[in-house]
Amino acid sequence: MTILAYSLYFAALVGAPLGLALWMGRVYGGVSALAGMERAVLRAAGVNPERGMTWGSYAMAVLAFNLAGFLLLYAILRSQGLLPLNPDGIAGMAPDLAFNTAVSFVTNTNWQAYSGEAQLSYLAQMAGLTVQNFVSAGTGMAVAVAVIRGFTAAKGGTLGNFWLDLTRSVLWILLPLSIILALFLAWQGVPQTLQGAVTAVTVEGGEQIIARGPAAAQIAIKQLGTNGGGFFGVNSAHPFENPSVASNLAQCLSILLIPVAFCFLFGRMAGDRRQGWAIFAAMAVMFVAGLAVIHWAEVAGNPLLGPGANMEGKEQRFGAMLSALWAASTTAASNGSVNAMHDSFMPLSGLVMLVFMQIGEVIFGGVGAGLYGMLLYVVLAVFLAGLMVGRTPEYLGRKIEGREVTLAVLAFLSMPLGILVGGAVAATAPAALSAVQDAGPHGLSEILYAYSSATGNNGSAFGGFGAALPWHTTALGLTMLMGRYAIIVPLLAIAGSMLRKTRAPVTAGSFPTHGPLFVTLLVLTVLILGALTFFPVLALGPIAEETARMAGQSF
Amino acid sequence: MLAHLRSALSLTILFTALTGLAYPLVLTGLAQGLFPAAANGSLVLRDHTVIGSALVAQPFEGAGYLHPRPSASGWNAGGTGASNLGPTSAALIATVAERRAAWEAKTGRSAPIDAVTASGSGLDPDISPENALAQAGRIAAARGVDIGAVSRLIEAATLGRTLWLFGEPRVNVLETNLALDAAFPGPGAGGQGTPTQ
Repeated sequence: MTILAYSLYFAALVGAPLGLALWMGRVYGGVSALAGMERAVLRAAGVNPERGMTWGSYAMAVLAFNLAGFLLLYAILRSQGLLPLNPDGIAGMAPDLAFNTAVSFVTNTNWQAYSGEAQLSYLAQMAGLTVQNFVSAGTGMAVAVAVIRGFTAAKGGTLGNFWLDLTRSVLWILLPLSIILALFLAWQGVPQTLQGAVTAVTVEGGEQIIARGPAAAQIAIKQLGTNGGGFFGVNSAHPFENPSVASNLAQCLSILLIPVAFCFLFGRMAGDRRQGWAIFAAMAVMFVAGLAVIHWAEVAGNPLLGPGANMEGKEQRFGAMLSALWAASTTAASNGSVNAMHDSFMPLSGLVMLVFMQIGEVIFGGVGAGLYGMLLYVVLAVFLAGLMVGRTPEYLGRKIEGREVTLAVLAFLSMPLGILVGGAVAATAPAALSAVQDAGPHGLSEILYAYSSATGNNGSAFGGFGAALPWHTTALGLTMLMGRYAIIVPLLAIAGSMLRKTRAPVTAGSFPTHGPLFVTLLVLTVLILGALTFFPVLALGPIAEETARMAGQSF
Repeated sequence: MLAHLRSALSLTILFTALTGLAYPLVLTGLAQGLFPAAANGSLVLRDHTVIGSALVAQPFEGAGYLHPRPSASGWNAGGTGASNLGPTSAALIATVAERRAAWEAKTGRSAPIDAVTASGSGLDPDISPENALAQAGRIAAARGVDIGAVSRLIEAATLGRTLWLFGEPRVNVLETNLALDAAFPGPGAGGQGTPTQ
């Protein structure tokens, strides 16, 4: 039964993105029927969409756009108490929390140091967060398309135009999918109303205040754009955010839909679909292995609590299996929404989730971000292969040289920097340590999870961690910025430099980058570079906790 | 950069109007027109008074009612929360042991895992069928009716897996309790006496 359920799920997870990639290929190439509307939008913004950009100009446009988005969102969050559409009378946010939240949504992290139903007005949810849900996802998709062009376009081409790529991502991919998903969710029971909370007199005569709001619209894009920031504090565990098994399956598939489609889009744009399948295969192998561990650990349960699956922090309608599937999907895809509380998962499940984030969110990853993150490992894998056989490394017919490898290593370093340095400071500074809830190795896991999630732009949390502490709102905000832009800028530079190289014809001596050998090499590169960097600290956190648990020890 | 900033600001404002106002407002209109009950929170009314939401757990303590899963946030539907305690937390282990003792004393049966662990939302509307059936004896005694009749009502209210494969079988506590009140009215139903019909 379990195998059949997973098989059906995976069939949908390959089939739907295959179709979507076809559409995405047409959209980014330009559909003439849609060109009129694109031009109208861009002309209103004073943009000439015909002009291709250099990598530097593309990067500046990304930074300028995200800066503008940050400023507007920050202003809305601070002043929401004075603005309309605030039926529950919610006050403006404190400066450090508003900084953290604005950075979090602009960088597609959607880390929540606040609780939505208690600290955000409907206007802030809609005109603030929902907008960034769309455009931060659109930014990631645009950057990925530009990077793909760098690797695949003919010599002397351009990376494209950021404003055009962004507009196309939002208008023709994210918006139509969101409308369909939002209506499905509203049908299933997700509220979509501008009325405030309702006060119920319960059957036994008590009083219950039930928060609601325009949730369905935001939840749809939160999943499709790998954003993950919930309308309600407990995210997709909340029965209003995720009321049924059907809504759960639709959301879980939506998390991975666009990231998987990007693998196939890459193959299409490279003119060699096998290249896309190879990247998909490397990601899928790691995903299935991690999912198997989480599934096994959660179904086996926690003997310290009694027989049965590990149900602490889980919803009955989802049980252990759908909670495990979601946990694997959301940490692999840098989505960060949850349908069960990760802090209460078994230690080995926590280990897998940490590794998924720490390797840089490259197992499908964020929309666009997962693919360009994986291309970083591809550059390193090809370089390693070249060292092993003593040939100049090549990818898709272009030489990988010193400049590209240097840039790739530079981008790679942002993960250990944010996680290990940020985490180490948080684990030693008394002002930061009070955020930790659990004693023993689990406490270290809480810190590690927070900094992994922020640097990887994931956004899920071990919820016991007191993320609202000013130290962490600031430090995590900074690591989110680094995890986003210290990867985007070098990757665009790599793309720009690849574009200047002549494509050499493939010969018998070329190292094929589409077969099982390359997939294995790529997976090993990710695991050795990514996971081994963090092994020592993982041994002190989740691994130590698992051995303690097996010995029946509690803290 | 300056030219970029101008485009950035104009596009941000344009997208705010489109995705931040038009998109949610149009969807609000559509959802209110197509699925008004669901779009307003699946509220349950009795005598024109809202008594809860079918999707949101509320506390039940009366012996004649099914009891929901434990909630780390006291069934607060205005500010949700979970325990977020880790699997080796001594506090969690002690809390679960206490809940188990209390549940088994009240119900006289051994407690299924979902009856002693707090849900993720603190508002889990469902319990497992094992959990519900284990409470049938207590409910039948409190209402002075046959346990078989209560069990049959619970079995009829049980939802299976979706497509026979996905999710877990479950019983919605609020809806089943309302069905119990309808099927077996009279004193002894709840801690507060019979709710007004």
